[in-house]
Amino acid sequence: MASTGAGYDLSPTTFSPDGRIFQVEYATKAVENSGTVIGIRCADGVVVGVEKVMLSKMLLPSSNRRVATVAPHCGVAQAGLAADGRQVVARAREEADSYEDTFGIPIPPKVLAQRLGEYVHYFTIHGALRPFGAATMVAAYDDREKTHQLYVLEPNGVCLRYFGAALGKGRQSAKSEIEKLDLTKLTCKEAIKQIAKMIYTTHDESKDKPFLLEFAWLCEETNWTYQLVSQDLVDEADAWAKKELEDDDDDDDDEEMAS
Amino acid sequence: ARDRRAADAAPPRAATMMEAAPTVAYDGMLREGEVSTGTTIMAVAYDGGVVMGADSRVSTGTYIANRVSDKVSGLHDKIFMCRSGSAADTQAISDYVRHYLSTHALEVGKPPLVKTAAALAKRICYTNKEQLLAGVIIAGYDEADGGSVYVIPLGGTCLPVPFAIGGSGSTYIYGHVDNQYKAGMSLAECKKFVTEAVTRAMARDGSSGGIIRLVNISADGVDREYLTV
Repeated sequence: MASTGAGYDLSPTTFSPDGRIFQVEYATKAVENSGTVIGIRCADGVVVGVEKVMLSKMLLPSSNRRVATVAPHCGVAQAGLAADGRQVVARAREEADSYEDTFGIPIPPKVLAQRLGEYVHYFTIHGALRPFGAATMVAAYDDREKTHQLYVLEPNGVCLRYFGAALGKGRQSAKSEIEKLDLTKLTCKEAIKQIAKMIYTTHDESKDKPFLLEFAWLCEETNWTYQLVSQDLVDEADAWAKKELEDDDDDDDDEEMAS
Repeated sequence: ARDRRAADAAPPRAATMMEAAPTVAYDGMLREGEVSTGTTIMAVAYDGGVVMGADSRVSTGTYIANRVSDKVSGLHDKIFMCRSGSAADTQAISDYVRHYLSTHALEVGKPPLVKTAAALAKRICYTNKEQLLAGVIIAGYDEADGGSVYVIPLGGTCLPVPFAIGGSGSTYIYGHVDNQYKAGMSLAECKKFVTEAVTRAMARDGSSGGIIRLVNISADGVDREYLTV
């Protein structure tokens, strides 16, 4: 399926004969191979969950944060190369801060999304730079429209608004699971559990490294500020997801035995 | 900054006056030949909008360059700015703010907030405080905060206030407005408040005079009028 670059893939400033920029596509590959990140825009807020692959058993669980606050009313979650993601977060913080300084209002989500898109895109049009190997999910609250919003920013600079999105290894199955949910009614607390289940489902015990769940949300309960979900809620979701998986396995076994 | 001021060939006494007594009348601080909007300007917020008022005299020394000028400049559909100090400086500021505000409105897709206009004007006035001589009042109506008034005096500080007065003529009416102002006035009461105050200032201040321009901004739109004598 993947065609060889065959000399057109050495620099982001080169198009291939069939109109592709391979370097940007390779950057997207880096994202596709990372831990799953799932974001859902629920009825009462936005929830983002990350499958934090544990690089080492000696690592402090709270280290290697994959979620970050950009401004009180908006935050992000990173998929792909962590260090690349950190750059995008740093830029987002600068943009949000200077926007509020200049215009006296918190940066509207769609403006932030646009600015970040332009920033990330910039790195795809210079020979001296490489594209970001990270995709960013942005959860934000628009104070004037009184709506909560979810955006996904890809390494090619495209930033689109979603009801539900998934990045990383388990994105295909996660996306189909999200589509099964009724997002007009789903609450944030319910979504945390569902996301945990999706991550456990796509995680391959035998092949993948052990992982931790990291959640952040932006909802009425947090007064529309982006915050880490409390550990009890995460643990509750974790336990529920594990149980759901066991039940599903039992059901499968029952089916097999019956047939 | 002081050296630059001297190099600009500003009269030495003006530089000294600026450092020693920033509250001295504006005429002493203009550069030679510069046109002043020695002025009386005012704005007051009411529930649902604002009333802005200004005199119309523009003077170079004792010569009245324009006796019917418009010191209330539009920045956007429902945001206006009263200008005092150097006419050139305040026109330049209002041009910049108008430009940034229009680009911002396009990006956000909504009418800009009054506080955004004030933030932009403050940024310009503060960062260029050495070169500028401008005291402005920004007021208008937006859906988020209703009628709001922001005053930006000489140094570039920005204060949200229920009402504001500015310009050389304002010094004569501080006592009057403090006495007459009450919270929760109606539109008619606000117009009366502004008219009376500006009239009294124009009577005592040589740099203020002409007609009184009134601008009423509310959810229904913008209403301009002028009063003579």
